[in-house]
Amino acid sequence: MTRIIPILIYLVLAPIIGGLLDGIDRKISARMQGRIGPPLLQPFYDVKKLLHKQKISVNKSQSFLILCFCITQIFTGCLFYAGSDILFCFFILSTGATFLVFASAITSSPYSTMGASRELFQMMVYEPAVLLACVGLYLATGTFNVNEMIQKHVSAVLFLPGFFVAYVFILTIKMRKSPFDFSTSHHPHQELVKGVTTEMGATNLAIYSITEWYENVFLLGVVGIFIVNENPLSYLFAVIVILAVCFLETLIDNTCARVKWNTMLKSTWLVTLLAAGVNLMVLMLGR
Amino acid sequence: MANVKKSPWLLHYDGSSCNGCDIEVLACLTPVYDVERFGIVNTGDPMQADILLITGGINYQNQSIVKQIYDQMPRPKVVVAVGVCACTGGVFKECYNILGGADTIIPVDIYVPGCAARPQAIIDGVIKAVELFQQRSDEHDALEKSKKKK
Amino acid sequence: MVPFLICFPLFVALLMYVIKVNKIRNIIAYISAAVVMVAVLIMSVLWVMDGCNAILLYYETEIVDKVILSVELLLMVIVVYLCFKYKKYIISLLTIIPTLLIAYVEIWGPKRDMINHIRIDYLSILMCIIIGIIGGLIIIYAVGYMHGYHHHHIEIEDRRNYFFMLLFIFLGAMFGFVLSSSLLWIDLFWETTSICSFLLIGYTRTDEAIQNSFRALWMNLLGGTALALGIVYQIYEMNNDSLQYLVGMGSWGFSSAVIPVALIAFAALTKSAQMPFSKWLLGAMVAPTPSSALLHSATMVKAGIYILFRLAPAMTNTVTGNMISFIGGFTFFVASLIAIAQSDGKKVLAFSTISNLGLMVACAGVGESETLWAGIFLMIFHAVSKSLLFQDIGATENAMHSRDIEDMHGLLYRLPRLGAFMFIGIAGMFLAPFGMLISKWSALKACVDDNNIVMVLLIVFGSATTMFYWTKWMAKLISATNEPKIKDITKKNELISLSIHAILMILLCISFPILSKVYVVPLLKEMYGSYVTVLSMSMLYTLVIIICFIFAIPSITFGYTRKLHENKKLAYMSGINEGDNSSFTDAFGEAKKLQMSNWYFKDFIGQRKLMIPSEIFATVLLIVMLSIILGGALL
Repeated sequence: MTRIIPILIYLVLAPIIGGLLDGIDRKISARMQGRIGPPLLQPFYDVKKLLHKQKISVNKSQSFLILCFCITQIFTGCLFYAGSDILFCFFILSTGATFLVFASAITSSPYSTMGASRELFQMMVYEPAVLLACVGLYLATGTFNVNEMIQKHVSAVLFLPGFFVAYVFILTIKMRKSPFDFSTSHHPHQELVKGVTTEMGATNLAIYSITEWYENVFLLGVVGIFIVNENPLSYLFAVIVILAVCFLETLIDNTCARVKWNTMLKSTWLVTLLAAGVNLMVLMLGR
Repeated sequence: MANVKKSPWLLHYDGSSCNGCDIEVLACLTPVYDVERFGIVNTGDPMQADILLITGGINYQNQSIVKQIYDQMPRPKVVVAVGVCACTGGVFKECYNILGGADTIIPVDIYVPGCAARPQAIIDGVIKAVELFQQRSDEHDALEKSKKKK
Repeated sequence: MVPFLICFPLFVALLMYVIKVNKIRNIIAYISAAVVMVAVLIMSVLWVMDGCNAILLYYETEIVDKVILSVELLLMVIVVYLCFKYKKYIISLLTIIPTLLIAYVEIWGPKRDMINHIRIDYLSILMCIIIGIIGGLIIIYAVGYMHGYHHHHIEIEDRRNYFFMLLFIFLGAMFGFVLSSSLLWIDLFWETTSICSFLLIGYTRTDEAIQNSFRALWMNLLGGTALALGIVYQIYEMNNDSLQYLVGMGSWGFSSAVIPVALIAFAALTKSAQMPFSKWLLGAMVAPTPSSALLHSATMVKAGIYILFRLAPAMTNTVTGNMISFIGGFTFFVASLIAIAQSDGKKVLAFSTISNLGLMVACAGVGESETLWAGIFLMIFHAVSKSLLFQDIGATENAMHSRDIEDMHGLLYRLPRLGAFMFIGIAGMFLAPFGMLISKWSALKACVDDNNIVMVLLIVFGSATTMFYWTKWMAKLISATNEPKIKDITKKNELISLSIHAILMILLCISFPILSKVYVVPLLKEMYGSYVTVLSMSMLYTLVIIICFIFAIPSITFGYTRKLHENKKLAYMSGINEGDNSSFTDAFGEAKKLQMSNWYFKDFIGQRKLMIPSEIFATVLLIVMLSIILGGALL
């Protein structure tokens, strides 16, 4: 039972929180650009409208794969909030992401296919940092199990500053923020039209947006894991850190220009190696 | 009947215009006019668009393109012709290569006059288009419902 | 059973060579492949009914020893003859020196203690099952494939009798290899597989094939030389040639075991195509598909892995172990990087084989029971899925006359059956619910527990790159296409082999917790005496439930989406889609075919760019490490 309640809470609250964060992001972005910006609830209006449009698709299997992507990502979040193995969560997450790649590639449309290979490339770029974050959490807490991780005396981040930096760095890729938003972007200005989402219209795009909300809540939850310990106050602190990370992402998004793939690969792997790798070395040699 | 007014996404197509109207359309996105406060997004993808903004007249080369992009948009959809050229062909009307306004190819709902059309006029047109979009969305919903009943 | 398993294939090989009528030979090949499979199964069942204990056989073998020595000398003569025929004189030294050395030691060397020459235990039974089932299926497949092969390649002389003879000799040698416990016997079978692979690679007799086959020969013979040196050293130090004894001494930390272990491990590196020696496996691509499948997936390369697994307890926390695990991890990462830049399907498979073998080698090098658990599962899954992929790509090539991944756009629609098999094979190689990933996962866990920083980093980066090249291939397979269907000329026997592989793959994925419990864990207990679980049993069962769920997601959503009424739209091509989603209007107003290519980064991480530096790096590393080990042990 104790595992079902967080899952239910996640299922209900994640899209709300994810959507709100999206709305806040758009609002803050607009303010940074000297505009008033859309209403806070704009992401929900968008999804509502998309659901009311005519159902369209380019390829028969497209909607099927997008739905697979959606359910797999939600499933990952459920596993995570139910407190299971974090490494496993990320493995399932990457399976889900491959469904997205398939959904885009199956259309054989040029923009979408290129978006798909870029998405795949992004996956390759962020995967090491993600796996290393799991390894770091394991080294700091002695378990891969999320439930046990959050019941330690001290926050894991104290041992894992490098891993945290690397994880936040790749969060920029994962959350599709500039400068690393090159498979698709939230802004409509991209050389690839809309990248992976080019051929998604109406319902499919709505499902994609909702999935993204779920996914973001999961990814930010992992940020929380770095902070949370047995002290209830740490939850509050975790929320503050998560919001700070979100703000940081928005800020980066608005101040950086999109980079090319090789810059992305080199910078991300360098940061991963320097921050997480050095941290790993310190932790392991210290054991 | 869902309220879809709050999220009209635009697709901007530049026909054979002199770029005057296009600059004015883009001006609507700047901090001065900021159409995003109405939830308007200038998307580049017909699959995701609700309102098609056309500037400039239709010529022999782009007629099929406009037709295809219009077809790719999911229903309900609204077309706005921005500027005189898109409305009627404007000063280029008698050119050898010009067919005329946007309505020679696709059904246009809202005509925004001007050469170039002012941002205020464009926003005005878009707001009108949004009303129409809501109306069509309601019709679309009703149609879907009756289909389901059958 | 044991002599039957080894000698029956050799006998059949003789038959294969003698019988010139294709039809009769094919039938005999079918029957004998089936007999081999059945024999393997019977042996395993008998062994299980016997209580799964290690069975030791052949205590007194003077006559057999003599036979083995003479066969070894015969092999030497054959190789020397071939080397002189093709004017590769230096290579012949690599076979003359070790063989004469072994012969000298055997005849005039110190008196050896009596040992058991054959040992049947968990690991060898597992290997036998892999070799028997996969090898047998490959032979069944080969019958159909070679028919098509010679149909298309008329310029190549039809020497099928020779080809099948080699395949069967190979099988027999592999059985002998995994069942022997005497290193002198192992050496013979080792040399036999080396020479068989050399002859198989050179089958087509083109210049390229001959060159590649000699490369394979010298690399493998170099390993053989190291193996022989190790054996000789062991005989002088310990007065016996028992592998078990050596491993026991090694794991107790006796310094006399260090050098033989290091030398044999080095030999294993050459056999399993680790970094400085990777090129021979790539060169093996010129051979007809069944031989590359046999070399890559089930047998040849697994021989190196097998011997490393055997040595693993003796390598725990030693310099040798560090060397092996580092070379393995390094190969895993570099080969997967290079695989990204390949568009030839077979080459991708070759690099991925090297890469996966690297991971297994690394698992063995770390030498903990946890990493070995991962390594054994990797080996099982890899054998099945690689064999499936190789055979499939061979059949695909026969059907569409290309094995370039770029030409496989929409293969799932053009060649539905082969496309689907390929999809299953690739999914088995890396996708989350399947076995390879679980092994990678536990390897990562075990390396973290072992405080092995470099290995953790290499695994983490290597698994990212691995995912990239597989997924882009899969995406290519499923992309929509308007191209017409290709006539599927796959023979029935090829299909049988492919389907059994695919079914095996899926069964393995579902049943791996049981496999782990009833087989792999006892295996490790036998090797290490104790076993600490990496992934608890409850964890594994949850995994299976999750796997079923992941399988369920597509099926449920498929049912749902099939009922959906969607309006089909044209793909977006800036409004110039010609209406068929596969061509656009060009600047002249004409339809132009759309071509979409995957990403290869050839200038960035291509074979040319990475191969030589990493080979040099690995060579230097190997030399330095080996000198440290040998110097440390001798001084």
